[in-house]
Amino acid sequence: MKLDVNGAVREVEADPDMPLLWVLRDLLGLPGTKFGCGAAQCGACTVHLDGRPVRACVTPVATVGDRKVTTIEGLSPDGGHVVQRAWAEADVVQCGYCQSGQIMTAVALLEKKPDPSDADIDAAMAGNICRCGTYPRVREAIHLAARLKRGGA
Amino acid sequence: MSLSRRGFLQGSAASLAIAFYVPTAAKALPRLGPPAPPPNAFLRIGADDSVTVVLAHSEMGQGIWTGLAMLIAEELECDWAKVRCEHAPAAPVYGHPMMGMQMTGGSSTTNGEFQRYRMVGAVARDMLVRAAAARWKTKPKKCVVAKGVVTAGKQRATFGELAEAAMKLTPATDLTLKAPAAWKLIGTPVRRLDTPEKITGRAQFGIDVQFPGLRTAVVLRPPAFGATLKSFDGAAALKIAGVEQVVATAAGVAVVAAHFWAAKLGRDALVAEWTPPADGGADSAALMARFRDQSRSPGAVVVDGGGVDAALSAGVHEAVYEVPYLAHAPMEPLNCTVKLDGDRCEIWTGTQFQTGDQLAAAKVLGTTIDRITIHTPFLGGGFGRRANPASDFVVEAVQVAKAAGVPVKVVWTRDDDLRGGYYRPAYVHRVRAAVDAAGAPVAWDHVVVGQSIMAGTFLEAFMGPGGVDGSSVEGIADSPYLDGLAAKRVTLHSPRTAIPVLWWRSVGNTHTAFAMECMLDELAHAAKVDPLAYRMRLLAKHPRHAHALATAADKAGWATPPPAGRARGLAVHESFGSIVAEVAEVSVEGGRIRVHAVTAAVDCGTAVNPLGIEAQIQSCVAYGLSAALYGALTITGGAVQESNFHDYPVVRMPDMPTVAVHLIASDAPMGGIGEPATAPIAPAVANAVFALTKQRLRALPLRLGVA
Repeated sequence: MKLDVNGAVREVEADPDMPLLWVLRDLLGLPGTKFGCGAAQCGACTVHLDGRPVRACVTPVATVGDRKVTTIEGLSPDGGHVVQRAWAEADVVQCGYCQSGQIMTAVALLEKKPDPSDADIDAAMAGNICRCGTYPRVREAIHLAARLKRGGA
Repeated sequence: MSLSRRGFLQGSAASLAIAFYVPTAAKALPRLGPPAPPPNAFLRIGADDSVTVVLAHSEMGQGIWTGLAMLIAEELECDWAKVRCEHAPAAPVYGHPMMGMQMTGGSSTTNGEFQRYRMVGAVARDMLVRAAAARWKTKPKKCVVAKGVVTAGKQRATFGELAEAAMKLTPATDLTLKAPAAWKLIGTPVRRLDTPEKITGRAQFGIDVQFPGLRTAVVLRPPAFGATLKSFDGAAALKIAGVEQVVATAAGVAVVAAHFWAAKLGRDALVAEWTPPADGGADSAALMARFRDQSRSPGAVVVDGGGVDAALSAGVHEAVYEVPYLAHAPMEPLNCTVKLDGDRCEIWTGTQFQTGDQLAAAKVLGTTIDRITIHTPFLGGGFGRRANPASDFVVEAVQVAKAAGVPVKVVWTRDDDLRGGYYRPAYVHRVRAAVDAAGAPVAWDHVVVGQSIMAGTFLEAFMGPGGVDGSSVEGIADSPYLDGLAAKRVTLHSPRTAIPVLWWRSVGNTHTAFAMECMLDELAHAAKVDPLAYRMRLLAKHPRHAHALATAADKAGWATPPPAGRARGLAVHESFGSIVAEVAEVSVEGGRIRVHAVTAAVDCGTAVNPLGIEAQIQSCVAYGLSAALYGALTITGGAVQESNFHDYPVVRMPDMPTVAVHLIASDAPMGGIGEPATAPIAPAVANAVFALTKQRLRALPLRLGVA
């Protein structure tokens, strides 16, 4: 089947039930999207389908269809997406394992709500677990990204 | 300088790199086996002026990827923008300066390496300066170093230009490190060096290892601790597209496949028969009941000042505190990649314990550790789970690779990870105290019951007299509150069960601080004394504890009433050489405990990177709060019932309080920072819940009774 991943159409041979996560990681060589729970519990596998965040670990590849898949690798060529810049500025990451998912969820949140409140952030980010507890800086980075997007500093 | 320089001259068109010895450190370390270890290289300077710091410890979130580099850079005077890090291979030369073995744990990386890494920087700078002086026919003391450039008058050369000549010089052995007042980098907030790869998905974790020919394996493990494999049938698994082999491991069955998904489906399709544990299997509720019974009589003596029973006969405050078994649940499930080639074994795994893993792999293969190469990618969280004296996830992967005859990456699912053992042991503390007229303790009897982490491992040799595992009781007998108290008795029962246990971020302090700080709080309330004032009185001879506690209380506004519907609780605890006080502000909403704000004061001695320290305090609070509010494993018939984050919940964004961190300026010896803030949060929250509800919750996770 064909998959539109990060702006390129890729041909993959996979069982239709194979989760998108493993197609990305094991068949397409895109390991930036992480396996954390396999059950849509932790958010580490978050990718975008047509800009909307989904859990790739429970998304059968056959259901993707012609929707555009964006992974952390496709967010920006050089880490320069406004959310990534905010993440660097706020010194968010620790072990880093959940951060692809955190960033993808945050990007989708800011697309929908350019100036999210703390409550908006709580609601949007509740599905993304971080065992290192980077939550305070994730929150700070999302607010910062919102300011950067508006052109402020 | 007995080792050849040739081995670490990395010649290529792109760069000429040099490495620097620290000969005394190398000599002090034990040789674990022939042949000679790789050169003691902690630093490479490229012709392109790049500075590569080689880390003897594993980055698992705690920030040493930045902190250790700061130590070298401080003395080297290089351009910070040119600094990169990489993990060292497994080799004796990278042994922990205090522990000998190559490992990461005990919150001991930065303080343990404080001398060695700074000295590497100083030795390197000296060699670069002498190389420059020789080139310009001047004296080294006429040379000035700044931002990776050496100058003398109008002469100027970058480190990269001097590196090749510097490499040929003999390292000095008589250098003096900078005085703290001269530090430019140490003590300043520095952003992490591993951010670029971690925000772009480029960072390689163990689970991301990939190379041609590599297969993925998922393993069926015993369904209960103590169960053994009777027989298995892999026919159904082998019918799944992508599944290539079904092989036995020492304890289970591995399905080897082209990719994870096939291996997982294959594993789920295995048919296996197991012999159940002979005694019906461990039961966590029954164990807790047994521990509770055992706590009624004294165990092995940790300390006994005498006179306790007499002092307690006049009436006591008694309380029993309980904590359950806990999984570490790092975000990256366990995994290990193994490639065998003749008698050589190459391993890629996120490990905190390279030397132990080498020894364990060598044992499986019947070879010596010099044949075992370990590559350490980034660790997707460690928290102690990846420092296992039994090297369970490495041993098993080596078995699978050996049986399958192909390189394999064994990947654990989340269920496997939660159910596969090596937990924070469950504990029961029974504390009895007698007090004087002012309510201060005059006698303290403390019985601890719980599994030893060291028993049954090669670390058993380090246990104290009477089989006392120091990690079971740390923070009790040496509590500052009980300092000078003669009638003090601490005893320990260390029952053995089939449940595998391991250190878990801050280890024994996770339960000892809970018991001590809650009991102190109970005594304060019994004496009708403000919990802060009560503690301050007892800490009169412990100014660092008192200052940390007073600071946290002051910054949290202890003297002013909390917002309506909220209450505050506090705790202070020393562990890993650092003192952390925390004040938690809580409410109860819909029967659920909600922690709004945590104010922490930290005295960790010299602070290398305040920005990283703040992150670690927040991290510890989140980790400890998961245990305080949610964490509990239920074991019945030897099987863990929880399987994923839906039934083993952890703190998520909406649960996370604000965490204000106040770093206390301190010239005390440097303590650790990756763990010490974990222990105070549970008692601080429990004490706040009492202040709010008058319910004294003595078991973790904290569960409110029905009003």
